[in-house]
Amino acid sequence: MTILSEAPAETKRPAASGLMAMVRHTQYVLAENPVTAGSFALFIAFLIAAILGPSIVPYDPLASDTAAALQSPSAHHWFGTDQLGRDIFSRVIVATRLDMTIAIASVVLVFLLGGFAGIAAGFYGGWTDRIVGRISDTIMAFPLFVLAMGIVAALGNTVTNIIVATAIINFPLYARLARSEANIRREAGFVHAARLSGNSDPRILMCFILPNIMPLMMVQISLTMGYAILNAAGLSFIGLGVRPPTPEWGIMVAEGAAFIVSGEWWIAFFPGVALMLAVFCFNLLGDGLRDIVDPQRRT
Amino acid sequence: MTVSSATAPAILDVRDLTIEFATRRGTVRAIEHVDISLAKGETLGIVGESGSGKSVTSYAVMRILDRAGRIAEGSIMYSGVDVVAASEDELRDLRGREMAMIFQNPRAALNPIRQVGRQIEDVLLEHVQTTRGEAKQKAIEALQQVRIARPEERYHAYPFELSGGMCQRIVIALALACRPQLLIADEPTTGLDVTTQKAVMDLVVELTRERAMSTILITHDLGLAATYCDRIVVMEKGKVVETALSKDIFSNPGHPYTRKLMRATPRPGAGLRDLLPLEAATAPLPAPAPSTGEVLLRVEGLVKEYPRQDTSGLFSKFFGKQQEPQAPFRAVDNIGFEVRRGETVGLVGESGCGKSTTSMMVMRLLDPTSGRITFAGEDISAVPARNFATNPMRRRIQMVFQDPTESLNPRFTAARAIADPILRGKSMSRDALRARCEELAGLVGLPLEFLDRLPHQLSGGQKARVGIARALALSPDLVILDEPTAALDVSVQAVVLNLLQDLKIRLGMSYLFVSHDLHVVRLLCDRVIVMRAGKIVEAGTAEQVLEAPTAEYTRQLIEAIPHPPV
Repeated sequence: MTILSEAPAETKRPAASGLMAMVRHTQYVLAENPVTAGSFALFIAFLIAAILGPSIVPYDPLASDTAAALQSPSAHHWFGTDQLGRDIFSRVIVATRLDMTIAIASVVLVFLLGGFAGIAAGFYGGWTDRIVGRISDTIMAFPLFVLAMGIVAALGNTVTNIIVATAIINFPLYARLARSEANIRREAGFVHAARLSGNSDPRILMCFILPNIMPLMMVQISLTMGYAILNAAGLSFIGLGVRPPTPEWGIMVAEGAAFIVSGEWWIAFFPGVALMLAVFCFNLLGDGLRDIVDPQRRT
Repeated sequence: MTVSSATAPAILDVRDLTIEFATRRGTVRAIEHVDISLAKGETLGIVGESGSGKSVTSYAVMRILDRAGRIAEGSIMYSGVDVVAASEDELRDLRGREMAMIFQNPRAALNPIRQVGRQIEDVLLEHVQTTRGEAKQKAIEALQQVRIARPEERYHAYPFELSGGMCQRIVIALALACRPQLLIADEPTTGLDVTTQKAVMDLVVELTRERAMSTILITHDLGLAATYCDRIVVMEKGKVVETALSKDIFSNPGHPYTRKLMRATPRPGAGLRDLLPLEAATAPLPAPAPSTGEVLLRVEGLVKEYPRQDTSGLFSKFFGKQQEPQAPFRAVDNIGFEVRRGETVGLVGESGCGKSTTSMMVMRLLDPTSGRITFAGEDISAVPARNFATNPMRRRIQMVFQDPTESLNPRFTAARAIADPILRGKSMSRDALRARCEELAGLVGLPLEFLDRLPHQLSGGQKARVGIARALALSPDLVILDEPTAALDVSVQAVVLNLLQDLKIRLGMSYLFVSHDLHVVRLLCDRVIVMRAGKIVEAGTAEQVLEAPTAEYTRQLIEAIPHPPV
C-alpha cells in the first residue's frame, strides 16, 4: 500500500528521553521566572535545614546556659539566646525538620484522602458524590482552626494528631477541586477511548484522570503546604500539639511573645521570620510546580 | 494576479502587513506582507487552512490581537483612519459602531446569564445609538431584522434557551445593531448544521447587501466562500497566495495551493482518489473484497429515552419553557438497520437527530432503553455498558472519535496511546509491543519518529492517525467512525478518508460512518441512513439516497450544501 502522507506540520528537534525533557523543561521554567527560581532556592534551603539541621547547628538546641540568657544577636549567637540561654539560631534550624514533617505528612495524607474521594465523586457521581459532598460541607461548616483545635484536644497532644487534624480541615479543598476536575473529564473523548480499549473504571481513574488533574493539584498542594505549616505553628502557639522544650517555630514565637514588651524582640522575631519565609516560599512555588508538571507546557 | 476590483473607493486598505508573535522560541511571523483591500459594499472571502493566518489578519484589522502579537510592519487604513496608530479610545469608538465581528462559537460570544434582548440594548446604549426609553423597542426591531420569530418573546430568552442557529442570529443582531460599515465574520457557520448554515449565510448576505455594508468572510470552506463572496483571497502559511473573483476561482485557479485546496474539497463527481494532490502518486483504490453478505451488526427496535427532568445543557435548547415535563424524551426512536461484513454504512443527520446516541449504544458505551443489538450473532445489548469493557466482544468493536485532540490522553505519548488497547488485552514483551506499535504506525502512515511525542506536539492529521491506529490495534471487525474528519482541514481530510478506505479493504473491516457531511458520506459509504429527530427518514444505497432522494428532508439537506458558481 502507498503511504499517504501530508506535509509535516513543523520540524522539531528529536524528542529526548522523558527525564531529560523534564530536566530541560525545569531549567527553562526556572530561568524564565526568577520568582519561581527564588522560591525553589528557598525551598531547597529549607530541605537542607530539615535533613541536615541537627548536625550542622553550632549549639545543642536543648542545652540551656543561664549565664548567657537573653543575649541579643551577636557573632556568637547569630539570632541571640532565649530566657534559658538556648541558642535561637540552632533552635530555628532544628525546628525546620519537625515543621516540614508535619506539613508534608498532612499534605500527603489529605491528598490521598481528599484527592481520591474527590476524583471518585466526580467520576461516578450519584451516591459517591453526595456522600463526599456532604462530608466536605460538614467540615466547611466549622471554623477550620477551631475544628483543628478540637480534634487535637480530643485525640491528644501528639504530632500524629496535629497531622491528622491539619489533613481533615484541608479535606474539602482537595475533594472539591478533584471532584470538579474529574467531572469535566468524565465524558472526555480519551476516557471513552480508554473504555473501548478495555480499561476498567478504577484504572481509568488512576491512569487517565488523576495524571491529568495533577498540575492543578500541585498548585493546591503547594498552597496548603504553607497553610499546614501555619496551622501547626498556630496549634503549638496556643499550647496544643508540640510541647516545649521541643524546638518548634510556633512554640518559640509563643515563648518569645512575652519578652517583646521588655525589648527582647529576637526571641519571637527569628522563628516568626522562618515561618513567614516557609509560607511565602510554598505559595510562590505553586505556579512553578504546575508549569513543570504539565506536559502541555513542555515543547 | 491582480483583479480589477470594484471601482468604488476602498473602505479598508491593508498594505504590507506583517504580524509577529513573541513565543518561547523567539518571534514567529504569523502573517507576512499581506495586502488586502476591500471596496465599499463588497463581500470578500479569506480562505485558508488552520494556521494560514486568516484570523490573525482580521484580528489585526480590529486591533484585538492578544498581548503576544504585534504589528511589525505595514499599515491598515479604515476609511481614512490609521488603525495601527489609533489610540485605544479611538478604537473603542470604531469597534461596534464602524466595524463589527461575528465569532465562530455563537454561544461563547453571548453572555450566558443575560437576556439576549438586554445584550442588544447594552450595545446600543454603549454607542449612544438610543435612549434608555426606546432601547427595548430598538432591540426588538433588531431581532426582527435577523428574522427571529416572536421577537417580543425571544427578547427575554437566555442564550441557553436558544438553538445554535438562533444564537448566531442574535450575535449577528448584536454586530449589526449600530449599523457598522464593515462586518468581519470569522467562521460564522462552523459547528452549525448545513441547513442552519444556509439560513445564517443567506441572512448575512441579505442584510449586508441591504445596508451596502462591506463584509469579510473568513472560512476554511472554499465552497462556502465562493458561493457567498464577490472576491476571494487565498492564504497559506501567513501569505496571500491568490486573489481572484469567486466566479473565476473554481474555473481557473491560479496558484498551485488553490488548486490543491479545490481538489481536496469533496464535491459531486469526484471520487476518493480525486481529492488527493495530482503529484501524490497513489495507487488506484484496490477492488473491494466481494461482500459475503453476512450480517455483522443488526440493530432492531432500538430506543433511548431520557427523563425530561434532566433537560440540562444540550437538551434545553430543544425544550424551552413551554414544554410540560411529562413524557420522557426519545433521543432514538425505534430504529433498525444492518451492517454487513466488509460494508460501510453512513449514518447521516443534523445535530440532535440521535446519530451519536445510536453510535454510542452500538459501541456499548451507553445502555439502550429497549431494543436489541446483535453483533456477529451474539446479543451484545444484554451486557450492561459498564461491564462491557472486560467483555471479549469489546476488542471486535472499536471507534474513531470526532475530535482527535480530545480523544487522546494529553499525558500519553503516541506509542503509549496506540499500545493501550493491546496492554489491556494480553501481556506482551516490550519489544513485541513496540514492534506492533510501529507496524500500526506504518499502517496509518505515521512516521515512526512521532511515536514518542505527546499529543500537543502533533498536528491535527497526525493525531487523527494515532486515533485510527489505536482503533485498529485489536484488529476489530467493526469500526465506528464518528465524524472522524470534522476537526481536520480539507487537505488532511482528503488524506485521512483515503487512508480509511484503504485500511477497510485491506483489513476486511466494516465501518459505521457517522457524519453530517453528505459529500463525505457519498465518498465512503455503500449504504446511507438518514436520521431526523431520532427516526430513520430514508435508507438506501449511497447513489440512490444522494442522487434521487425520496424524503423531503434528505432533499433539504442536499440543497443546503453550498453550491459554488462554476
